[in-house]
Amino acid sequence: MTKIENHTLSSLRDALKNKDLSSTEATQAYLSRIENASSLNSFITLTADKALDMAKASDAKLTKGEGGDLEGIPLGIKDLFCTKDVLTTAGSHILDGFKPGYESSVTSNLFNDGAVMLGKLNLDEFAMGSSNETSFYGPVISPWRRNGDTTKITPGGSSGGSASAVSAALCAGATATDTGGSIRQPAAFTGTVGIKPTYGRCSRWGTVAFASSLDQAGPITRTVRDGAIMLKSMAGYDPKDSTSINQAVPDYEAVLGQSVKGLKIGIPKEYRIDGMPAKIEDLWSKGIEWLKDAGCEIVDISLPLTKYALPVYYIVAPAEASSNLARYDGVKYGFRADGDLPIDELYEQTRAQGFGDEVKRRIMIGTYVLSAGYYDAYYLRAQKVRKKIFDEFHDAFKAVDLILTPSAPSAAFGLGEKSGDPVSMYLNDIFTVTANLAGLPGMSVPAGLDEQGLPLGLQLIARPLDEETMLKGGYVLEKAANFKARPEDWWI
Amino acid sequence: MSVDKKTAEKVARLARLAIPQDRLEPLADEINGILGWIEQLNEVDVDGVKAMASTVDMSLPLRDDKVADGPTGGGQPDNIVANAPQTEENFFVVPKVVD
Amino acid sequence: MELRHIEPRHLLQGDTGDWEVIIGLEVHAQVSSESKLFSGAPATYGAGPNENVSLVDAAMPGMLPVINKYCVEQAVRTGLGLNAQIHLWSRFDRKNYFYPDLPQGYQISQFKDPIVGEGEIEVEVTPEDTITVGIERLHLEQDAGKSIHDISPSNSHVDLNRSGVALMEIVSKPEMRSADEAAAYFGKLRTIVRYLGTCDGNMDEGSMRADVNVSVRRPGGELGTRTETKNVNSLRYVRQVIDFEARRQIQVLENGGTIDQETLLFDVKTGETRTMRSKEDAHDYRYFPDPDLLPLVIEQSWVDEIKAGLPELPDVKKKRFSSEYGLSAYDASVLSMERDKADFFETVAKGRDGKLASNWVTTELFGALNKENLEIGQSPVSAGHLGKLIDLISDDTISGRIAKDVFEIMFETGDDPAKIVEERGLKQVTDTGAIEAAIDKIIADNPEQVAQVKEKPKTFGWFVGQVMKSTGGKANPKAVNEILKKKLGV
Repeated sequence: MTKIENHTLSSLRDALKNKDLSSTEATQAYLSRIENASSLNSFITLTADKALDMAKASDAKLTKGEGGDLEGIPLGIKDLFCTKDVLTTAGSHILDGFKPGYESSVTSNLFNDGAVMLGKLNLDEFAMGSSNETSFYGPVISPWRRNGDTTKITPGGSSGGSASAVSAALCAGATATDTGGSIRQPAAFTGTVGIKPTYGRCSRWGTVAFASSLDQAGPITRTVRDGAIMLKSMAGYDPKDSTSINQAVPDYEAVLGQSVKGLKIGIPKEYRIDGMPAKIEDLWSKGIEWLKDAGCEIVDISLPLTKYALPVYYIVAPAEASSNLARYDGVKYGFRADGDLPIDELYEQTRAQGFGDEVKRRIMIGTYVLSAGYYDAYYLRAQKVRKKIFDEFHDAFKAVDLILTPSAPSAAFGLGEKSGDPVSMYLNDIFTVTANLAGLPGMSVPAGLDEQGLPLGLQLIARPLDEETMLKGGYVLEKAANFKARPEDWWI
Repeated sequence: MSVDKKTAEKVARLARLAIPQDRLEPLADEINGILGWIEQLNEVDVDGVKAMASTVDMSLPLRDDKVADGPTGGGQPDNIVANAPQTEENFFVVPKVVD
Repeated sequence: MELRHIEPRHLLQGDTGDWEVIIGLEVHAQVSSESKLFSGAPATYGAGPNENVSLVDAAMPGMLPVINKYCVEQAVRTGLGLNAQIHLWSRFDRKNYFYPDLPQGYQISQFKDPIVGEGEIEVEVTPEDTITVGIERLHLEQDAGKSIHDISPSNSHVDLNRSGVALMEIVSKPEMRSADEAAAYFGKLRTIVRYLGTCDGNMDEGSMRADVNVSVRRPGGELGTRTETKNVNSLRYVRQVIDFEARRQIQVLENGGTIDQETLLFDVKTGETRTMRSKEDAHDYRYFPDPDLLPLVIEQSWVDEIKAGLPELPDVKKKRFSSEYGLSAYDASVLSMERDKADFFETVAKGRDGKLASNWVTTELFGALNKENLEIGQSPVSAGHLGKLIDLISDDTISGRIAKDVFEIMFETGDDPAKIVEERGLKQVTDTGAIEAAIDKIIADNPEQVAQVKEKPKTFGWFVGQVMKSTGGKANPKAVNEILKKKLGV
């Protein structure tokens, strides 16, 4: 029997269908791996009892040859998705003890398809971060290490728990969210596949909001096929979300392996930035070759506004966040500061003690850029530049079908190596944030290792709602890269 | 445009964040560092550009005027206050507010 | 805001000269919807604490707003009723501030791009004085919850039942110049929304309330600093607020002081305004488009459809009542003020003498209803019966005097007037023979009076009275007059 850590989500699905193993066995196997992996700190909450109950229910269905697309498959859930009666923290002290009386639409979709929840995965506080170091529950550690070095490496962020857990085979797949790169960057850092679909594909209902116009859920998985399977289940129209797109979700898995011959692949020259490691340049060139070999046509394109994407993001996202996070005031749920305080001091103390430094920094920036006298200069200007970036992509997609870029400007870094300087930390998202600003689907596919043995990823960006073409391309890259490296189980 | 200590204090007050006096100056510096980097946006010509309204190409969906069941409906006061730090008879309780 | 030139009027006298009061109203009218603006919780009044609250209204993490189509439609209807411009593209913004009754930490409102733009309405301040008041805008927004301060001495209790209920905020231009004008405007708005059925206009339950902006200036001079008195929920209080604020501001200015631009509360017990203590800090609402919502784009065809379905509005109805039924401006105004009264009148007046119908409705019926404290909908006399009564007068079946008696019986019993007249034998005597006999008898019995009447024509009335008395009031007065004149030779 295949060891659980050698299963992908799709191979596990087939094994469950063929009754090679039961969901309960798979669940137990993952639970025991999770217990041994506590040093990775990838889970905030383990829901072992719930997982075993769900597995049992799935087994009953599987035995009868019934069940959904994900029947019995154990997943990790980023702790930004509200899960009914299960502690939901968003990685923040301010949601202490919060057990929602409702299930997010994305997790509902997954559970309706038979998925089993193992627990809630660690993340940067309110998904604000690129290294998972802002979590109130401590940083997540990547299972990857530099060659011959025991420095603790970040799995990236904000979906650090999701990336670490999938890469360490603590679950068959994980949900994640991406506001500026929070799915794709950690996927690139951990040798996993991360998919951020078109804005509006996955419902945002029941997912703790960071920046509403940018937030989008998606999967982190071992393979492109796994990602296609999970995305199909997570996505779908939701009338409870006014920004949800009312279009049928295609069978993403069905397109894998289809020919990409004749597809035009855009290579934006502005993504060739100063100081980018040679290894990443090399890998990007390899990616171009792989797609060319598969029959794609390579087109050099220019996206001159690329460098403005991050500054736009660091106005729009904090502005929205400053408002979205106003509801955390110690009145309705979560943490409330001690002491017999007048109402305004209660707010100020609750929020000062309940939020971490990065969240406070972003609330301050967001509040400032929206305040009287600065709105036009910052927020309004940023939304105009954003429109130009949006238009620039739409123009580019008149000439190309996909855009190929590196996923991140560097490999994963050591914990603490960038936490002192917010701007250098923000630069992690330089290649990913554009897709959020323009609402486009993007995915990261593991493509190789750097000199130190850390994974690197390539990103594909597609037209709105054209996840199928993106997945076809991703599948080709995955096959060509033949990325087989796995981190050692040093943490056990 | 640069944020001084007084502005930082005002913004913290607007955002209801208690920031100790000795943290205001460093925080203002951090914000200035970020804003300084952001100000490269001034290079972009935005004359005549309409601000982004949404990346989703559709109008606001309208729902029918019906009382709903479940999470988006009423009739669940216990659930509403279940997570609140202080409640009384399904009210949220806060320190005395003066109008 | 551009101020339309209005000739100074209704000046107030101060110690140092005349003052002009400038008034603008921001009226909040609750949309009569089943569910809230952005959630499916009931929008009804008077449930237990947090009973009418959804997870959306309580701002649970990850909850999202979805707009109520009916509320959008009512905003458009109301906008059309205010003769205002309907914006096919509008948008919702967040107004950010912290308050315990504001669970999201922001109110969803329309700041920059409201659904309804400029309009204007006619306001009858008195029957002789009609003014035009400009509407600046109408927008949709969420109501806040309620903090209750008297349950415990140390705490406030928060109930979110009203949180998220749909409000239309109707902002006037600062074009009113007296408490009477402002109260008449507020009343007229109430008439319009009730006509349209977009708001029940129930001020006691808070369905309609006004923020009253008041400033004073020298006639035609520079605008003064204004104060805003929040949540005033009756016409009487609107008057009181304006009278108090105008006098207070004049006094401050005449004593060399300055007016602070501030938010005030009205104390109904003292009739005075006072500074709101809680919202002292400088407001900076940081409005920005709500990223959870897309722009609201509506079709002109939908607006046209709504327009086609509008009822006849009071101003149009008033004019029609004047021209079609020949009513005085006053009667036309009284009868068109409320839709159910107007409908009642029209049922009575249809095919009959409009003035007669108007007299019966406004004088007899409204008088009787007022005395008994009844609404028109509770009238014991139906419009059909009142019409029949008028028919009985018109075809000389009964006299106008008898009709008043019949009406009293109708009001008590709700009976058909024809039945009452029949059963009680109140039919008018038009048989000239019978009248002549009665007159002959009176002439024969009163020779002195007969002799006098030629010199003193005024005593003619005495004969009429005697004839009516002897016929139990049923004689046709016209016939009595004619025959008497002939017989007496006057």
